[in-house]
Amino acid sequence: MLSRTITADTEPVFHLEEEHAHAEGSSTMLGFWLYLMSDCLIFAMLFAAYGVLGGNYAAGPAPKDLFDLDLVAVNTAMLLFSSITYGFAMLTMDKGRVAATQAWLAVTGLFGLAFLSIELYEFAHMIHEGATPQRSAFLSSFFTLVGTHGLHVTFGTVWLVTLMVQVARFGLIEANRRRLMCLSMFWHFLDVVWIGVFTFVYLMGMLR
Amino acid sequence: MNAHDHAADHGPAHGGAAHGTLKSYLTGFVLSVILTAIPFWLVMTGAIDNRQATAIVVMVFAAVQIVVHMVFFLHMNTASEGGWSMLALIFTLILVVIVLTGSLWVMYHLNANMMPGLHDMREMP
Repeated sequence: MLSRTITADTEPVFHLEEEHAHAEGSSTMLGFWLYLMSDCLIFAMLFAAYGVLGGNYAAGPAPKDLFDLDLVAVNTAMLLFSSITYGFAMLTMDKGRVAATQAWLAVTGLFGLAFLSIELYEFAHMIHEGATPQRSAFLSSFFTLVGTHGLHVTFGTVWLVTLMVQVARFGLIEANRRRLMCLSMFWHFLDVVWIGVFTFVYLMGMLR
Repeated sequence: MNAHDHAADHGPAHGGAAHGTLKSYLTGFVLSVILTAIPFWLVMTGAIDNRQATAIVVMVFAAVQIVVHMVFFLHMNTASEGGWSMLALIFTLILVVIVLTGSLWVMYHLNANMMPGLHDMREMP
């Protein structure tokens, strides 16, 4: 692409591989994916900690005494619904329909808030019963793992509201589309982590 | 091909998170609902008598559902970002497997072998 014919009598010319121009934001998606993978490693550490410590109740409450699977099922449904509504938001975004995108984003945010409310209710209930993080190694690792996931959902919701303001102000411009696609990956990724949480923590905990 | 054309090749349309269709999102959603409902039902009703067998079945369902989410919601395929995102994913999965199996394996044996008598064996993970 850069090489030009060199006349024979000139000195050899070295063509350094030029960093070709990238369209703005062209590498954002890959970069964000790499961030998600590093986030995945954080969760792997927390899962490993829970796997090691999850059986150490210190004569305190065990999963069976604490977990309410009905509540967890509702919570899982909330996160799954929020995933599909975010998908709908992406589809309407592709069609350039601002109002519909905003509406689906709002529905997603509400499902996210519902998830957080149920989780906080569960935590409050457990702490009220004396199952605090400092009670046993099981509870420490439980609150760390599930709390970290909840914190991610919280920040995802904050991000979602931020992007709704952005879209309201500037419309579905290229930058906003890119941001929405990043949040889409983040949001679906959190749902993937939640599959691990409800399987390894809640369902397997009840089987212990 | 000039530099401008080349840059356009790397535009967002070329790779990245491919856009799903309504059909792919709905397929993913229906599959996820089924793959979530069955393990919950298994554990809540105790349909399988053997706990260990239930645990294995539940884990298999989780693994399948993670793949479903990756394909239908995160639109993972070997072609996105020229294969780099798949490479990153595989690398991460290898690390995750090492971290999880390594921790569980080593710590289980430390617990089981290092302090005989101090632990109630029923509390072992």
